[in-house]
Amino acid sequence: MASLTVQNISKSFGQAGVIKNLSFEVRDGEFCVLLGPSGCGKTTLLRIIAGLEEASGGTIVIGDRRVDTLAPRDRDLAFVFQTYALYPHLTVAENLAFTLEVRGAARAEIRRRVDETAKTLGLDGLLARKPRELSGGQRQRVAVGRAIIRHPKLFLFDEPLSNLDAALRGEMRVELARLHKRLGATILYVTHDQAEAMTLADKIIVLDRGAIQQTGAPAEIYHAPANLFVAGFVGSPRMNFAEGAVNGAGLFIGEDCRFDVSEMLPDNVKRGDTPLTIGIRPEDLTIAADGPAAIEGRVEIVEDLGSDKFVHVASAGRGWVARMAPEAPLKPGGAVRLRAADGKLHIFHSGRRIGR
Amino acid sequence: MKTFLLPLAVAAVGIYSLLPFLWFVLASWKSPAQLTAIPPVIVPEFHWGFYRSAIVNYGLLGYIENSAIVAAATTVVSIAIGALAAYALTRFHAAWLRWYLLVLLCVSMFPQIAVAGPVWRILDALGWLNRYPGIIVAYISFSLPLAIWILSTFFKELPYEIEEAALVDGCTRAQALRRIVLPLAAPGIFTAAILVFIYAWNEFFFALIILTSPPLQTLPVGIALFPGEYTIPWGELAAASAIATLPLIALTLLFQRRIVRGLSAGAVKG
Repeated sequence: MASLTVQNISKSFGQAGVIKNLSFEVRDGEFCVLLGPSGCGKTTLLRIIAGLEEASGGTIVIGDRRVDTLAPRDRDLAFVFQTYALYPHLTVAENLAFTLEVRGAARAEIRRRVDETAKTLGLDGLLARKPRELSGGQRQRVAVGRAIIRHPKLFLFDEPLSNLDAALRGEMRVELARLHKRLGATILYVTHDQAEAMTLADKIIVLDRGAIQQTGAPAEIYHAPANLFVAGFVGSPRMNFAEGAVNGAGLFIGEDCRFDVSEMLPDNVKRGDTPLTIGIRPEDLTIAADGPAAIEGRVEIVEDLGSDKFVHVASAGRGWVARMAPEAPLKPGGAVRLRAADGKLHIFHSGRRIGR
Repeated sequence: MKTFLLPLAVAAVGIYSLLPFLWFVLASWKSPAQLTAIPPVIVPEFHWGFYRSAIVNYGLLGYIENSAIVAAATTVVSIAIGALAAYALTRFHAAWLRWYLLVLLCVSMFPQIAVAGPVWRILDALGWLNRYPGIIVAYISFSLPLAIWILSTFFKELPYEIEEAALVDGCTRAQALRRIVLPLAAPGIFTAAILVFIYAWNEFFFALIILTSPPLQTLPVGIALFPGEYTIPWGELAAASAIATLPLIALTLLFQRRIVRGLSAGAVKG
């Protein structure tokens, strides 16, 4: 295993810059997730690291070896494709053995590793099958097996679970986490699925429009998003936002809400008409029993998920979503008064997080 | 109504196409008396005399050997070069490559008669008239564009990610081509090979002007020159034609299974 250091990587197709001068590091044994919406450049970045695509500039170091000028096969990494990309004319055993065979491993060693890998992934009974005779989940396992059999320095995963159905995806997610723990592998994992990112990652890198928006542990990304993009992209249902300004008393006043932010505002932010955006996660909105309410509105829709209720509140502004306990006594059409849980407000100034 | 029309149409086309073939195959089995009988006899008495005569008196085996050598060499060279060219054309993305394919298509559409003169003069200057390399080179100039076109459509359909997986797994481009791309493109390669082979096996015009020495002549020319000054040996012509057709039928039936088999199923998704 080894660390990965990416420095000043850029990539442009024609006029449009897809990746703009990116730098980051994945520590030895770390599970790092590149999270971003489709088209943010995350897959391109992964392919550049693998050597399947050429960067316009920058350096890539795996361990202590600079690899950006090397062919893919000399970079000592494994790539798990979104489409699996199994060799359709080879059996499962041959698919697994391929990389060892091409690299000239001894026959006995190949057999031992194939057996070991098949056992790890529960592919024992399928070794003689061709990929077309496998289910989606089994193909996925073979693709992972092909990656781990060689014990490479670095694993690259490109949305490996996105072709599986929801139940299988959850199962494979746990399995990948287990595998990472067992192998102690350095992994760079691309996904647009925040649940995968939150559950698997030691570190998340949020990417948008070819630039890093924030890097941090899942909890950090969730609880202290660095900017409006991260705040809006991570979390489901989405964070509520309201635009407004702070008055002289430290009271944030929006179109349909008011929050006391006097304790949270940094000293250098001018009270008065500084335009601000307030963010609050659905689970941080609670019913204001008798105290002062931040928001007053009417219950529009209640989505009952069994474990929670998503309460959509219509107000003078663009509306709010609150996540409540299933026993919350709210009915569509009823009036509701909401307030923010203490210390749970996020404040943004020109798109960036300020305060706290 | 519909279920009735389709088989009928299929039968009509089949009979229309196969009737001449059937006629000379039947003729080859007739006795000399049956062959010239009026009214014509339909059912032959399975007389093998014309086959023996075609082989013994007309040297049919020599023509078969020449045709086999020329067609096989044309096929091997066309497919070998064509596969590499088609691979490059579909994998590398230079702007001129698309134009190149179009030009190639135009070249393959030249009527043979238009280039016959120049080809003859070039081969004459090279001293390649009446030599295998001469006719093979001439054939390749026509079959290579065909092979490249067929193979590039097949290569285009192979998911590129499978190859990329091979590159990451440790292959050089050449290894990925040999171990992954070519096996997966096998149906396309067989299709192209069989079409090239049929072209070279059947070709008449170039063979006629380039191979004027009887010991070197190929089947179509050889058979066409069966008639003497005063006789037309219909029976031997029919027998020789039947034999000439056999390898093509055998090849097509043999490779049909491989061509039809969907090898790339299950590679990515689905």
